[in-house]
Amino acid sequence: MKWMAVGTASIAGLSLLSSCDSDKREAFFQDQFKELDENELKAVLERLERGYKKEYNADIEVNATAPMDHVLFGYGLDLSKCIGCRRCVYACVEENNQSRNPEVHWIKVLEMEKDKGADLLHSDVYYNPEQVPEEGHFYMPVQCQQCKNAPCVKVCPVEATWTEPDGIVVVDYDWCLGCRNCMSACPYGARKFNWASPEIPQEEINIHTEYLGNRPRAKGVVEKCTFCIQRVRQGLYPACVEICPVGSRKFGNLLDEQSEIRTIMKNKRVFILKEELNTQPKFYYFYGT
Amino acid sequence: MNMHLKEFIIGSIKLLFQGSKAYWAWVSTLLILIAIGIVSYYGQAANGLITTSMRDQVSWGFYIGNFTFMVGIAAAAIMLVIPAYIYNWKPIKEIVILGELLAISAIVMCLLFILVDMGHPERFWHMIPGIGKLRLGQSILAWDSLALTFYLILNFIIVSHILFRAFRIKDYSRKYVIPLILLSVPAGIAIHTITAFLYNGIAARPFWNSAILAPKFLASAFCSGPAIMIILFQVLRKTTKLQIENRAIWTLAELMAYTMFFNLFLTGAEIFKEVYSNTEHRVFTEYLYFGIEGHNKIVPFGWLAIIFDVIAFVLFLVPKTRKNFITLNIGAVLIYLGVYIEKGIGLIIPGFTPDVLGEIYEYFPSTTEILVTVGIFSTGFLIYTLMLKVAVPIILGEFNYKKAQ
Repeated sequence: MKWMAVGTASIAGLSLLSSCDSDKREAFFQDQFKELDENELKAVLERLERGYKKEYNADIEVNATAPMDHVLFGYGLDLSKCIGCRRCVYACVEENNQSRNPEVHWIKVLEMEKDKGADLLHSDVYYNPEQVPEEGHFYMPVQCQQCKNAPCVKVCPVEATWTEPDGIVVVDYDWCLGCRNCMSACPYGARKFNWASPEIPQEEINIHTEYLGNRPRAKGVVEKCTFCIQRVRQGLYPACVEICPVGSRKFGNLLDEQSEIRTIMKNKRVFILKEELNTQPKFYYFYGT
Repeated sequence: MNMHLKEFIIGSIKLLFQGSKAYWAWVSTLLILIAIGIVSYYGQAANGLITTSMRDQVSWGFYIGNFTFMVGIAAAAIMLVIPAYIYNWKPIKEIVILGELLAISAIVMCLLFILVDMGHPERFWHMIPGIGKLRLGQSILAWDSLALTFYLILNFIIVSHILFRAFRIKDYSRKYVIPLILLSVPAGIAIHTITAFLYNGIAARPFWNSAILAPKFLASAFCSGPAIMIILFQVLRKTTKLQIENRAIWTLAELMAYTMFFNLFLTGAEIFKEVYSNTEHRVFTEYLYFGIEGHNKIVPFGWLAIIFDVIAFVLFLVPKTRKNFITLNIGAVLIYLGVYIEKGIGLIIPGFTPDVLGEIYEYFPSTTEILVTVGIFSTGFLIYTLMLKVAVPIILGEFNYKKAQ
């Protein structure tokens, strides 16, 4: 026991002591995001920026933008329009500083056979034809469904993940233990783990980041789609909505009767994935035409 | 107040350094295996969990499977405790201590398996109530960590009280020990039930989301825990002066036959439900026993578990083979292996294959995972060996404060 305990503890302990680096020490003892007061948060954000400067040699700004009042974000996806081009997948990777090696994708596009209908078990995520859409197929992109009744949040033993007032399920990457219970609990495969240290080419780093969103992550923590929290809290569309060449992706405030998403819900027929699990996603699929 | 603590510590250390050639060979083998485990773990810590075979599709694997199995071993200690203390049943009274020590070693191994599976083990303090933010509201994992820690402390208190009293040539205090032992019975059931709920409660994984899981966990644990004890008793009565009657071993074996029957019955009930109802959810069972589209790496293990369990059940049920030590030991080994597969690879991997979006990623433990696991098992064996080295002479009355002086 002692051998293994010493082995594991020393990895944290030795690097902590031998470096005598106050930033590292503070990082180790940092409290969970929601427990930080205004001054502590400011110090944490500055420390993170210093650390990123050292690691990536880039002036990355880390913000902690508060949610807007009377806003609950919702997403719409028009299955009749999606052509399976995966532009959303790669726009998301660039916007959200996902690792390029090993590759991390927050969005998965599933190819379905028209003969079988929307059938997850017979879908293919690795389709690779000359041209999309492929004859006889349609496409279903899947990402975090931002559930109202999120099973991933429920299982976390240390509250490293929670639902924000604007409905976005976020992760505190500095509090996450990397136990991956949330990954086994998610019915949509939305959560990704950093199995190795993420690699992002310096020139491709998005320097406009949020603490609970797209700031660069370390190895050993879980991450996921946040509806581009760094964009939507500034009133912008998520990157995937903006890039979609066929307009199959819709986004808006569920509390606003006039919003695009509410208009779709009123005039089209929407459905959610795996409704029997009672996860109550805020991600609505529909057939626009 | 002279507690003789000094004599106890110095005497214990002396005992640990006295031993036969076999003892030293065993201890040094374990130390070498532990060293290999540490080196492998160091590679994993430096490069990340990418050194394992786990990926986003199969995000838990060998470590968590071993964890689940060891929780069962720890829980099974109570199987010895109940008759020994409550009914004051002579033949296994002393050997209960051995069961409790086994539980302690098993829990330490459980905690190590969790630690090596974590992306950030140095953040374990986030789980300490009051200091971190342990979320006891809804998280089963939070409850499980608390229950395991509690069970570890409880067993440690019981064992150290009894042994230390014996060291001071005093009877243990029934006033304190009996309530604690009574408490350890529901605690043992609790740790295994909560561990089952960890999987059982996950609606996203139909293979686990079955009410039969917790009873099945208990049934299989009550076979595999005693299987280890049966072999251990024979080793101890050969290598020490500890007397363990055949009657105690046979009674254990008979109890194991019944629990194994129940375990097989539950497995059968589960397979019937999947096969007959023939919904899309049958794919996980299909993956375990037949493979899907040529993906069949774990199929041999699925069948081996069932074959081992059935053979062992028959060997333990028939009085003639139960009382023959050759067939008894074969049965014990088969039960151990059968349950090890059932609760490890056979439970965790099909839960994730295919994944929630229908993708099949074939998992099989990597070299790193296997070596780290060997290291943790060796650590458990070493702890158990060292504890026995002190405990057995105390039980035998060879080591007490008078003789230590």
